[in-house]
Amino acid sequence: MITAEQKPLKEIIEYISPYDRILLVGCNECVTVCAAGGRKEVGLLASALNLNCLKQGRTIDIKEITLERQCDPEYVEELVSEIDRADAILSMACGCGVQTIAERYKEKPVFPAVNTKFMGASVSQGIWAERCQGCGDCLLGITGGICPVARCSKHLLNGPCGGTSNGMCEIDPDVDCAWRLIWERLKALGMEKRYEEIMEAKDWRPAGGGGPRKIVREDLSL
Amino acid sequence: MENFEPEIVAFCCHYCAYTAADMAGSKHIYYPANVKIIRVPCTGKVDTIHIMKAFEKGADGVYVAGCLEGDCHFKNGNTRAKYRVEQVQNILKDLGWEIERLEMINMSAGMGERFASTALEFTKKIKQLGPSPIKIINTEKHQQVAD
Repeated sequence: MITAEQKPLKEIIEYISPYDRILLVGCNECVTVCAAGGRKEVGLLASALNLNCLKQGRTIDIKEITLERQCDPEYVEELVSEIDRADAILSMACGCGVQTIAERYKEKPVFPAVNTKFMGASVSQGIWAERCQGCGDCLLGITGGICPVARCSKHLLNGPCGGTSNGMCEIDPDVDCAWRLIWERLKALGMEKRYEEIMEAKDWRPAGGGGPRKIVREDLSL
Repeated sequence: MENFEPEIVAFCCHYCAYTAADMAGSKHIYYPANVKIIRVPCTGKVDTIHIMKAFEKGADGVYVAGCLEGDCHFKNGNTRAKYRVEQVQNILKDLGWEIERLEMINMSAGMGERFASTALEFTKKIKQLGPSPIKIINTEKHQQVAD
């Protein structure tokens, strides 16, 4: 899933300070799971913004709404009935959601309330770690299900660098060396031979090096 | 603000602080009427939004009173409450409020005296801090209207 963290309150307050009527929009998908922009966080942020305004002696009208998915135009359409009553939109979705709203409601300023971080998985409750960089050409089939692109600090494709120390990465003693993990996994699977295969230089164009990416599925297009 | 009597909301766990309050009552131990008790099945049930709403509605101070650490009836509800209190304290700090207006307190069911002394001390502390920023603004507004 896409992970995110709420922006500092100060930054959010600065964004919305010129406006009196705010449409605060959450998303029921990834940001709900990582507790950054779901219904609960929408309520909490609305309360904090309200508290801030009350302290300044002014009132603010915050309409809270949480969409099923902010990155889909079908769900973003649900805001039509609310949009006229708002001076600005504050989105708690990832960057995809913010942009979908901005594209649909061109006449209203849209501000992000979270910083979108990375594609990650839940390691344990309250901890998420990066697991995929969306390189567009998945290598997991030959690396024992552990991604060297996302988990090696240097994105190395043919074994560890000299910075590996006791199986950990030189950037941080708490970060596993991805290639140590890959080797251990391949060994456990009896697939050591895979490790010896030299990977050619990776084509980074599908990873974004060729400009913004797009998927077109004509069979699904209307 | 003269003769300021703070309004304090205390989220009290049914298994400890609420029973302690009951005991304080049975023993006729005095504690200030400023403290309004909300009984919860466990402090783990107290969410950040509940604390925020208390402040939004004009509370001058809030405390969450749960079981002693390691003694939660539901294993770790009081630990969760502690983290939530810290989360709201961070929000209050960002908004320029005194974080002392919110506190996590631990006690057992038999600590009637501690419940009373906590209520007394917390009330005293909030009296020193003065009314919540919301109340100050509202009072100033009313004053301007009156003038």
